[in-house]
Amino acid sequence: MSKLKEKIDSIKPHFEKGGKFHALHSVFDGFYTFLYTPNTTSTSGVHIHDSNDSKRTMITVVLALLPCCLFGMWNVGYQHHLATGECLGWFNQFLYGLWAVLPQILTAYIVGLGIEFISAQLRGHEIQEGFLVSGILIPMICPVSTPCWMLAVAVAFAVIFAKEVFGGTGYNFLNVALVTRAFLFFAYPQKMSGDSVFVSLGDATGVDGYSGATPLGQLATSAGEHVQVTGVDGQALDFMNFFIGTIPGSWGETSTLCILIGAVILLATGMASWKIMVSALAGGLLMSVIGNAVGNPAYPVSLVNPLDQLCLGGFMFAIVFMATDPVTSCRTETGKWIYGFLVGALAMTIRFYNTGYPEGAMLAVLLMNCFAPLIDWCVVNRNIRRRMKRVAA
Amino acid sequence: MTRKIKIKRGLDIPLAGKAEGDAVSVECDAVGICPDDYPGYTWKCDVKPGDKVAEGSTLFHAKEAEDIKLVSPLSGTVEEIRRGERRRILAVTVRKSGEEKKSFKEGDIESRIKESGLWALMRQRPYDIVPSDSAAPRDIFVTGFDSAPLAGSVIPRHLAEYLENGLKVLKSLTKGKVYLSVRENQGITSDYAEILEIEGPHPAGNVGVQIAAVAPVNKGETVWALDAATAARIGCLEKTGHADFMTEVAITGSSAKNPKNIITRIGAPLETLLKGEMEEGTHTRVISGNVLTGTKEEPATGFLRYPYRQITLIPQGDNADEFMGWASMNPQKFSVKRTFPAFLQGKAKKFVMDSRLKGGRRAMILSGEMDKVFPFDIYPEYLIKAMLAGNYDKMEKLGIYEVAPEDFALPEFVDTSKEELQKLTRESLDKLRSES
Repeated sequence: MSKLKEKIDSIKPHFEKGGKFHALHSVFDGFYTFLYTPNTTSTSGVHIHDSNDSKRTMITVVLALLPCCLFGMWNVGYQHHLATGECLGWFNQFLYGLWAVLPQILTAYIVGLGIEFISAQLRGHEIQEGFLVSGILIPMICPVSTPCWMLAVAVAFAVIFAKEVFGGTGYNFLNVALVTRAFLFFAYPQKMSGDSVFVSLGDATGVDGYSGATPLGQLATSAGEHVQVTGVDGQALDFMNFFIGTIPGSWGETSTLCILIGAVILLATGMASWKIMVSALAGGLLMSVIGNAVGNPAYPVSLVNPLDQLCLGGFMFAIVFMATDPVTSCRTETGKWIYGFLVGALAMTIRFYNTGYPEGAMLAVLLMNCFAPLIDWCVVNRNIRRRMKRVAA
Repeated sequence: MTRKIKIKRGLDIPLAGKAEGDAVSVECDAVGICPDDYPGYTWKCDVKPGDKVAEGSTLFHAKEAEDIKLVSPLSGTVEEIRRGERRRILAVTVRKSGEEKKSFKEGDIESRIKESGLWALMRQRPYDIVPSDSAAPRDIFVTGFDSAPLAGSVIPRHLAEYLENGLKVLKSLTKGKVYLSVRENQGITSDYAEILEIEGPHPAGNVGVQIAAVAPVNKGETVWALDAATAARIGCLEKTGHADFMTEVAITGSSAKNPKNIITRIGAPLETLLKGEMEEGTHTRVISGNVLTGTKEEPATGFLRYPYRQITLIPQGDNADEFMGWASMNPQKFSVKRTFPAFLQGKAKKFVMDSRLKGGRRAMILSGEMDKVFPFDIYPEYLIKAMLAGNYDKMEKLGIYEVAPEDFALPEFVDTSKEELQKLTRESLDKLRSES
């Protein structure tokens, strides 16, 4: 047995029933099981268990998010460089971005995990790992300039009212990260959209012709039939910029390439449903083609060609990382096809035809979260009807 | 007649320690019979320590149906009545003396089966209990192979000749059909049973899966299930008037020194069977049965338990010292998910698995993982939720009559949230039966 484990085992009795720190036993267990896989053996049923557990599941999703996260940090620095003309090497751009987003990541984790720890302790449960994923997702889908106090309020609201009141991880019906984003969006709209929130200028001022508007923002406010989307430095942007992600936006979700790397990790490890991803992509693509074909100039976003359309905004991020959240999506296989398709189609519909919101992915996923149980109910009921019919026959 | 059935969803857990070679005979001088192995009835003990019993003499009778018996598989003297909490009987042990065998030649075959204890070796669906004698079975399903991890043969060689006669007797007990499930290469034919040739991974050998593939059990219907060994014993009983209590047992598992097949007696003490098989002073878990559905037993005092076919020895794992197991890239850790590198080693690789849960209990998180190993037209997650909520109406509608605890063994194995699904199923079935 290692020295560390001996040491931890020696203080363990203090946290058990009757010990002086029993009030903190959930927190202690949380850290203990983080360091050492518990030696609890099975007492009923099967005698062996699969090695995969909740911790491994969550950590795999965090791993899938890393490419987006690291690219996003670099892109924050890169956008800063474009906007201010400040010359920074790629590594310094990354460091600039890291420094800009680190407070957000820390705020999300400290507030969210803090509430998780407290509620686990109040219920006498083990600490659940769900927030490990939410904690990194939340800053990634927010503008880089979101103040930490706003983030803290929103995270607290989402964790308490979207998750803990329902019983914690596994019982929530709305995606916690998106509830946080929605709370911010509706509570502090001026800080969540517009031309000045998606690029971190720091103390510097913008170059001539600087505009911090995202491509979708530019499209939504345009009036003409054809709009040339430009970067923060006024240069024209094309499909490759959208695909690689060198555009302003919520910092973790701009790079379609990195999102696809994440999707490969999720699908290869079996941690997310390919059915939801494929059907959401199909729904989004179909709606983009329809929007493009109808071509109503009153809704300028719909005029963008479908491939660009998919790479813009938070659409890809939402269908890979948000719609596939197993707790809040459909749980039946048939349901997943329907759910995914509707997420994709609705995201584009909201993006095109609701000019109040430049991006619809967040609202589409939240709306479908609400309908997921209904879709599942219909699918399961078909199974029930089949069984009842057999009895009657 | 042969019908081919292909089971697609399931999992053959690549566990190390398969028994090899022909079965050798292991004599035992005592046996223990545990009434807990026979759910569905309250068993009343008919003997006291010191009583002489013949092979086939009654040890227990069912309170609800007095002609259904549990018998002694050995001729000898009742040694001990082991009791647990609130004086509940855990086991009755018999020590060998003499060679007296009880004969069952009188009466109709049904009463002979009940009297000889063979009835209690059968199960009925729904509820997975010893068959009630009030309802005639719609069909009878005989399983001719076991697909569980490391399982051995289901038909002891010395009983094989009686199988056809057993199927004939079973045919006389039902108005429906008798089905016998086999693997493709077993080469068994029958005039009295429809042969189900079953292809696919575990749980293809679970009778519930086979019933579901042929004709699922509906509310109000009863189906009997038994293994081919019991069917052959019934055939032997009809022909010779004696019940046979010898059985072929596979001693398996990564902690067994030399995994092997043996022929011994039902209820044999593990101490005798495992002599020289276990290493001294190691943390070994002794399972009477397979790793999915077996019972944990003490090697010094335990017995070979129902269905009397297998013993598995695996590391207990309670002395493991795994630092940050959630980050492990250890290629020796098995998982059906590809989050661990185990899958890179191909299908031939066998794993040593210990009895740790390998994680904490959580609420249901991942979806669809159980469906992949659950070959029924049932939504397992929804049935589990109905069971957790104690909603009988929903359980019925979602197909609880079609399943037994063993069918939830693989879902329990793959479950990321480490819920006790077999226990939950057993409790739910029991409650449902007491309600109706």
